[in-house]
Amino acid sequence: MTRLSKRSKRLRPSGEHRLSRLINIGLPYLWLGLFFLLPFAIVLRISLAEPLLAQPPYTALWEWAEQGILQIRLNLGNFQLIREDDIYLAALLNSLWVALVGTLGCLLLGYPMAYAIATAPERRRILLLMLIILPFWTSFLIRVYAWIGILNANGLLNNFLLWLGVIDTPLKILHTQTAVYIGVIYSYLPFMILPLYANLTRLDPTLLEAAADLGCRPWRAFTRVTLPLSLPGIVAGSMLVFIPVVGEFVIPDLLGSPGSLMIGKLMWTEFFANKDWPLASALAIVLLAVLVVPFVLMQRLQQDDEDGRT
Amino acid sequence: MRRRSWPLLSVLAFGYAFLYVPILLLILYSFNESRLVTVWSGFSFKWYGELLHNRQLLDAAWLSVRIAALNATIAVVLGTLAANALVRHGRFRGRTGLELLLTAPLVMPDVIIGLSMLLLFVALQQTIGWPDGRGFSTITIAHITFSMAYVAVVVRSRLARMDSSLEEAAMDLGARPLTVYLRITLPLIAPALLSGWLLAFTLSLDDLVIASFVSGPGATTLPMVIYSSVRMGVSPQINALASLVVALVALAVVIAGVSLRRR
Repeated sequence: MTRLSKRSKRLRPSGEHRLSRLINIGLPYLWLGLFFLLPFAIVLRISLAEPLLAQPPYTALWEWAEQGILQIRLNLGNFQLIREDDIYLAALLNSLWVALVGTLGCLLLGYPMAYAIATAPERRRILLLMLIILPFWTSFLIRVYAWIGILNANGLLNNFLLWLGVIDTPLKILHTQTAVYIGVIYSYLPFMILPLYANLTRLDPTLLEAAADLGCRPWRAFTRVTLPLSLPGIVAGSMLVFIPVVGEFVIPDLLGSPGSLMIGKLMWTEFFANKDWPLASALAIVLLAVLVVPFVLMQRLQQDDEDGRT
Repeated sequence: MRRRSWPLLSVLAFGYAFLYVPILLLILYSFNESRLVTVWSGFSFKWYGELLHNRQLLDAAWLSVRIAALNATIAVVLGTLAANALVRHGRFRGRTGLELLLTAPLVMPDVIIGLSMLLLFVALQQTIGWPDGRGFSTITIAHITFSMAYVAVVVRSRLARMDSSLEEAAMDLGARPLTVYLRITLPLIAPALLSGWLLAFTLSLDDLVIASFVSGPGATTLPMVIYSSVRMGVSPQINALASLVVALVALAVVIAGVSLRRR
């Protein structure tokens, strides 16, 4: 009887149930629609520099309104400019390159770490994992800043290398591309390790035992069994690193060279220094368009994962 | 038990050193009397003293803490609702859309979120006259928008793994769904709510880029102050601040660890 009453309660959409649906689904939708989705529509409109919207009471944009003709010419001109001026293409390519190198670096360091943690005795796993997450709780900005003191010409790394006698003159590492790579790998390493760890602990150990029983060497078993099966974890971790790094601002700004630009920093400059809101918006649209492909890839994978579990 | 290989363990050790050496160096040099990183001129608390008298920094820290707390509280509510929707309401219409809207903020570059939120606030101010000026409320709203996505991830996995027999028992005994949710479900997922709250709090306290876009004159958060002083180069006061943050986090972790072990 009790089972039956439960069933019927679940099947019949009572008023209470409908209200719960409305609140649970409706409120998050409303918030994200208003504050996440709608803003993108506005960015798109402003990137096309619509006169009505380009006149908020801010001096930066009043300058725009005073040059009405220029404004109309710039309607598609923002994108034209991005296409024609080499600096934007160079910045975009450089951003993608940094994100690629950073992702590969995180993978090369993160995979063995995730593997070592996942195969550690169960008692120690929690502690090892906590130690990966812990730096994430301290300020990102401060952690990036810590590298300034280390990579400086008279910083700790150079002093250490000089003391070892490996080098005679200090290396210039700070404000170079190398410093950006280091900063990216350092800051995003946990984002690579966590999904990889989650994936590796879910692997069925009997598969490896079967491979060993059939005479497979450990390394071969790893490349033929573990590695292919952990591919979803690799892709998930890579996307969690790659996508935000393409638009990264803090790391290239504090550690990178002023000459080599990344798109996130360029957007910041166009917005804050040049006060060119429409151009910054156009850059945001371009960046979004570039990131759609990896994002869809990640989303697909997550969907498969979710469907596989249920 | 599998054999532990030396190469693997050394990579692990290198990885942890890579993660922790910069933080440990910051703490070490926060006690250095000299302004220079290269010179160790003696142990001193003087940077901590200066930190406590830095009015601008303290004001900014207070503003950041208030924003972070309000943000975390609202983000936990909204994130939990979203997690309920995804775990408890099956295949409703618009489910894929909600999943998309909850995943996108996790990876979306800060510069895009910041710019788009600012343009929204400007457009809203033009059309409906709200928000009148930017600062506390606009930063909080922007932070809630990405924090709730993180909270949803944490709460969702907890809800999905939860043992539903207690809830079913309560239902069988005739409890109304809302009562079951408030009396049974919420206490069971309380640890996830707490870690979601802390995560949202930290994310907000840490954000420089989004806050810079949506802030107005007079509303300077802690990361903005840190950023402007860091741009000038290495500053021992920031080292002292970083050490305090690390100490606080370590304390919280120890407390959490002890209370978990007690259970």
